[in-house]
Amino acid sequence: MTILKANFKYNVSWLIIMVAGFYLMNTLMLMGIIDSFIENMLVVIGINIILATGLNLVIGFAGQFSLGHAGFMAIGAYATAIITTNSATAGGFYTSIVVGVIIAIIAAIIVGVPTLRLRGDYLAIATMGAAEIIRIIINNLQITNGPSGMFNIPQFATWPVVYIMVCVTTILIANFVRSRAGRAIKSVREDEIAAESAGINTTNWKLAAFVFGAATAAIAGSLDASYLQTIAPTNFGIMESISILIIVVLGGVGSLTGSVVAAVVLGILDTALQNFGTLRMVIYAAALILIMIFKPTGLLGSHELSFKHLFSGTKRKGRVRS
Amino acid sequence: MSTILKVDDLVKNFGGLTAVSDVSMTLNDDELVALIGPNGAGKTTLFNLLTGVITPSSGAISFRGPKGTVTLNGKKAYQIANLGLARTFQNIRLFKDLTVLDNVLVAMTSQYKEGLLSTLFRLPSYYKKEAKIAKEATELLAIFDLQESVDVLAKNLPYGIQRRLEIVRALAMKPQILFLDEPAAGMNPEETADLTRLIKKVQREFHITVVLIEHDMSLVMNLAERIYVLDHGAMLAQGTPTEIKQNPAVIKAYLGEEVS
Repeated sequence: MTILKANFKYNVSWLIIMVAGFYLMNTLMLMGIIDSFIENMLVVIGINIILATGLNLVIGFAGQFSLGHAGFMAIGAYATAIITTNSATAGGFYTSIVVGVIIAIIAAIIVGVPTLRLRGDYLAIATMGAAEIIRIIINNLQITNGPSGMFNIPQFATWPVVYIMVCVTTILIANFVRSRAGRAIKSVREDEIAAESAGINTTNWKLAAFVFGAATAAIAGSLDASYLQTIAPTNFGIMESISILIIVVLGGVGSLTGSVVAAVVLGILDTALQNFGTLRMVIYAAALILIMIFKPTGLLGSHELSFKHLFSGTKRKGRVRS
Repeated sequence: MSTILKVDDLVKNFGGLTAVSDVSMTLNDDELVALIGPNGAGKTTLFNLLTGVITPSSGAISFRGPKGTVTLNGKKAYQIANLGLARTFQNIRLFKDLTVLDNVLVAMTSQYKEGLLSTLFRLPSYYKKEAKIAKEATELLAIFDLQESVDVLAKNLPYGIQRRLEIVRALAMKPQILFLDEPAAGMNPEETADLTRLIKKVQREFHITVVLIEHDMSLVMNLAERIYVLDHGAMLAQGTPTEIKQNPAVIKAYLGEEVS
């Protein structure tokens, strides 16, 4: 029971932060400090957090360099667009998320089984190709309205829905990473041969991380479609995959906290630069380059915010005792 | 003493090169066997064949496990590992960015289950499992005086300790045969003496078969009950340390011909 009590404290701390964050945002909105412009930024940040933490699971924890995240996002987005257009109810919206996740899982298994045998650059190219195949299929289907995309999608993904989804997916991914499964996928990242020799079925664990990442990408896609109300196949090209990758690398490969921080920093930077016109992309790029020069491992490296370490006052990294 | 692993006419060709040719050997319960031979003799290749890292061109390997005798041919490395054949590597292959404890826990992965739901939603059963398995791992680490370093990243450990951790990680799999590939490589005499004690301790406390590739003859002669000698991929000789020391073929191949 003592184990449960100790962990109860950390879990309650996280819960308090999440609820407090929600009420803080809500109050600021009611007071009019957060206008619809900033609310839009918050939603975009939230969706990017879901995408980046999911991709970080695949790249940072399982060590599999995937460039196909946008493809799975597209699956979720179109599932929601098609289903809610036909059944514009909250029930329809949540069903569409589930349907999107299921299709994304199936697609991830089909894509993952052959491609996850590849390593490094080859895997990146193969996943990129797979995402492109998904996009082209969507581009050529009747039900997805082809290249012109879908519009007037009913909006169910309001700010509170996005916030809750961000919390839920982040908790699930963090729990996955800190478990038997998480250790197994990290061992694959560290040394595949050693992992095999330690009894780890590397193929299955790589696939598990890949599928989990794809499922969260589909959730992000659903929220994206429902919030923006307009989607087109061009939204889910290679540039979308790369912009998610930028968040992961910038925050720190292998740090979920880093992905959250980077999504927030880039979201704010992007919004703050809206007034600079064409200079915006130059400053954005310069900021990225500066961060990568002065902090090559990303903003947080592989560090995580952990109440366990905050409370016990210890720092895990770099302490040598032997 | 009964046979636990039987190798018959094992062959491995890399293109035109025969790295291991017609090697036969048997390993018995609870014995310490050394595998020696000059550089490039095929010792590590033989280890890789036995542990499934590479697949043999021909030949048979049969292992008497807890569930009867099974053939290891065609099994994947992780399946062979889970049957009870654990190993270490010539160039240390720890999970460098994981803690000492996590390194050991990874090796225990197949010994426990955490349901997907209890993992994702942190149900009480998850915490109980984690605590139980962590306790088991810490106890194992304590046997090898590593309990102080559980939270240290493996890459931050001194070289000798990294070697030790690799052996502990292999033992965490509860193996029946432990393959050690040059455990004393790069160690100073003091560390080698430590290692000798460690291997003796492993044998004494875990009662498992240990197979050892080693160039350090003092360590081999001191520890091994039997010795196999490989040269140019073929089994040159086998016998007790005394027999091997006096075997003219071994002296010629391994230690060089006497200058007259």
